[in-house]
Parts: sequence; structure tokens; C-alpha cells
Amino acid sequence: MHFNQILHVDHVQTSYSNTPVLKGIDLSIFQGEFVSIVGKSGCGKSTLLRIIAGLENINEGEVKVNGERLTTINEDARMMFQDGRLLPWKTLLQNVGLGLTGDWKPKATYVLNSVGLKDLADHYPSSLSGGQKQRVALARALVHEPKLLLLDEPLGALDALTRMDMQNLIESVWKENRLTAILVTHDVEEAVLLSDRVIVIGEGEVVMNKNIDLPRPRSRSNPTFHHYTEEILDVIMEENCVKKSGYKIV
Amino acid sequence: MVNRIWREKLIPWMIPMTILGLWQILSMNGMIPATILPSPIEVIQSGEELTASGELINHISISLGRALTGFLIGGLLGFLFGLFNGLFKPLDLLLDTSIQMLRNIPHLALLPLVILWFGIDEVSKVFLVALGVLFPIYINTYHGIKSVDKGLIEMGRAYGLKEYSLFFQVILPGALSSILVGIRYALGIMWTTLIVAETIGANSGVGYMAMNAREFMQMDVIVLSILIYSLLGKLSDWIAKLFEKKWLMWKQLS
Repeated sequence: MHFNQILHVDHVQTSYSNTPVLKGIDLSIFQGEFVSIVGKSGCGKSTLLRIIAGLENINEGEVKVNGERLTTINEDARMMFQDGRLLPWKTLLQNVGLGLTGDWKPKATYVLNSVGLKDLADHYPSSLSGGQKQRVALARALVHEPKLLLLDEPLGALDALTRMDMQNLIESVWKENRLTAILVTHDVEEAVLLSDRVIVIGEGEVVMNKNIDLPRPRSRSNPTFHHYTEEILDVIMEENCVKKSGYKIV
Repeated sequence: MVNRIWREKLIPWMIPMTILGLWQILSMNGMIPATILPSPIEVIQSGEELTASGELINHISISLGRALTGFLIGGLLGFLFGLFNGLFKPLDLLLDTSIQMLRNIPHLALLPLVILWFGIDEVSKVFLVALGVLFPIYINTYHGIKSVDKGLIEMGRAYGLKEYSLFFQVILPGALSSILVGIRYALGIMWTTLIVAETIGANSGVGYMAMNAREFMQMDVIVLSILIYSLLGKLSDWIAKLFEKKWLMWKQLS
């Protein structure tokens, strides 16, 4: 199923004020797969995702997109941030249409509709719930028809029920659009539920690369599901990472 | 419902109206001598007379012209400096310290110097108003630009916005509420500066009208001038509020 490698992370190292964050990461992402990156806080999983998006400097190594070295913003990728980052002064429709040119309204309306928020097109983000905001953020990412969807703990701040709704939405969107997706999460169940492959980062290194061979749609009550979760959790718990101070902007 | 709206409109005016009424009554039965404070009706009458002679409109339009010219020049300079220092680090390093030093000179203290430089014609008034409004607008624009959420700027870049659209879609709207605070504050400074400048060195304008009336002991004209200043101040604040309502609609809707 996965033959075309669309992204390659080649021995990437990075540090914040002389503290190493990533100590040589090698990783390949293939066309159409759903990959999750899990690990404890401070292990560098968000940093890795931001490097793939082209938002972070690297000290050594390189990221290759379709064989070409990434030097600036990754135009093939669209990122969904944990805190949504909607522009409060734009309506939902304008937020979704951000960065589009030409006749953007029909397209933005269509995508906003597909995440179930058509009736709120003229509302401002401040009137939305956390789950609705993340739906808008997802729509904003999808409207660009990205080859690569990057999800930086997008569901971390949501309540359990909204989370499950959003997980279903993300899975169906990934399937329908034949996207390649990379999800950073601290929730191992979420990773097993959604991914073809789970990568565990511990202390700036890949410590596990696990294929999840479960038919979709997946059920949490499946014993094999539980087995995968346990196995990955065991690896994570052995790792210890120190939380480094925030991110910096390139 | 209708009742409540009326109540909310009327209640704020109760105290001013009561004071005005008391003032009129006390003036009429001689408790407040006309040489200390003329009655409200006398003030209105002198307003009517000066309007009829065209004098009042003339003075007001001269004052308005000075206020607006000074505000536009100073405001624009303050805005541009704030903008560019906020956006470009090297410029910030070069200019901000100097501007902060100049800011601490009370601009009204320059009045004697300004009169010597420019005389008592238009330039001195416009110069002082411009100087007075420059700093509040500079500081609030600068601060507004600097405090735009870095996460939003990063998001804008990641979503393909280039410098121009990044500025107009993310940075400027993010700084706008701070800029408007600067404008409202500067409008207040604009009027006080003009009052002082016109009172001390001018031969036209509302401030001159008051000083001239003092020489003839025309208490009603002096009080009228003060009231006109307060009305003009209220008017400009109201206009600034309208802009806030229009441009910061997204804040009120939360």
C-alpha cells in the first residue's frame, strides 16, 4: 500500500540554547499513511512536527520533501495547531479562506460545510466552543488540499466526547481525501485508533516504530487494540524527558 | 423593555440636568453673583448673539482646523514611527530610545520656545498639537504591533501569507485595538494642548475668544468657550468610539 515516500527526515538534530532536543531522527513518511508520533512531554515530538512543517531551524541533517531539501515553509503541508490559532477578527468563512486567492468563497463555504459548520459562516471565533474552533481549524487546513496534514495535539484541550467526534471526523477526512497525515499526541489510544504506524520518541530519538495492523473502523474494545496500547505505553514509560522552554519562531 | 431603554438613556443625564437647574435657580435669586458665574440662560444668550454675528462659527472653525491639522501630522508621524519600529528590529534599535527620551519632555513646556520660533500664528499651534499627539499614538501603535500573538503570525506564514498580506490580515488587525486606544488618548491631548496654546498666544480661535472676553469681563463668553471646548472634546471621543465599534466588532460579539 505505501510505496511512494513523500517525506524523509534524515538524521535531524536540533537544540534549544545548547540543550539537545532531537539527537538525530531518521524517519520516512509514505503517501497516504496515517502516522502518529507519541511520547512524553518534552521529548521533542512537537518540535519534530514543526521541523517537518518548516517552522523550526535544524542544526544538522535535513528534511526532504519529494526528494528536495526543505529550506523554508513546507508548502505541501498544512498544520493544525493545538490552540486553534483562528484569527479572532475574521469570521469563520474568512478564517477558512485565509491564504486562498481568486474566487475563494465557494471553496471555503464548501469545506466549512463539510466539517458541519455551514450555519456559522458569519460568526466570529469567540462565540464558538473548543470543538467547533478545531473544526474550523481543520477546515482551514483542508481547503488548501494539502498533500500532508500535520496535527499538533489538536484534540488535547477538548473534552472526551468532543474528542471522539473529532477523531471520527479526522479519520473520515483523511480517508476521503486520501491524505497523508502525521498526528502528534500524548494519547496512545488515540494514536492506535487512528494510525497505520505509531512512532515513539524518547529523549530526542525514535525508540519505537510500530505498524498497527487493525481493520478500520477500529474499536477500542478489541483485545488486539488493547494489546497495542499496552505495548506502546510500556515503551513510553521507560523514557524520561526534560521539558525544554517554549518554541521559537523562525 | 422599552421602559428600560428609556431609563438607561435618561438616568445618565439626571445629575447634569439637576446641577444646571440648581445653577439657574441660584443665579436668578442672586445666590451666585453674575460677576462670579453667569446663569446658564445668559450663557446660551451670548452663544446666540455670537452665532448670529458669525464670530462664534469663525473661532470654532479656526480651532477645529488647527486641531485636525496638528492631529493628522502628529498622528501620522506617530503611527508610522510606531509601525516601522514595531516591525523592523534595526530601526527599533536606532530610534526607540531617542523617541522615549523626547517623550518625557512635557510638550507644553515648549510653549515659550515655540512662540519665539514660530510667532503666534498657525504654525506654533499646529506644531504643539502635532507634538502632543505624536507620542501616545507612537507608543500604542508600537506596543500594539509588538504584542500581536506570535502564534498567529506563525500560523499566517505557515498558511502561505507573504509579507504584505501577513501585515494586513494578521499584524495590523491584531494591533488595531491598541492603536485606537492611542488615538482616543491623543484626541484628549489634542484639545488640552490647543486650549493652552490658544489661551497664551493667539489672535483667533476659541481660546482667544475666552482670553479676549476676560479683558472685558464678559463672564458669559468665558463660560461659553469652556463649554464649547468640552463639547468638542466629547464629540471627538464619540467619533473615536464609533470607529472602535465598527473596527472591533469581533470583540463585542463575544
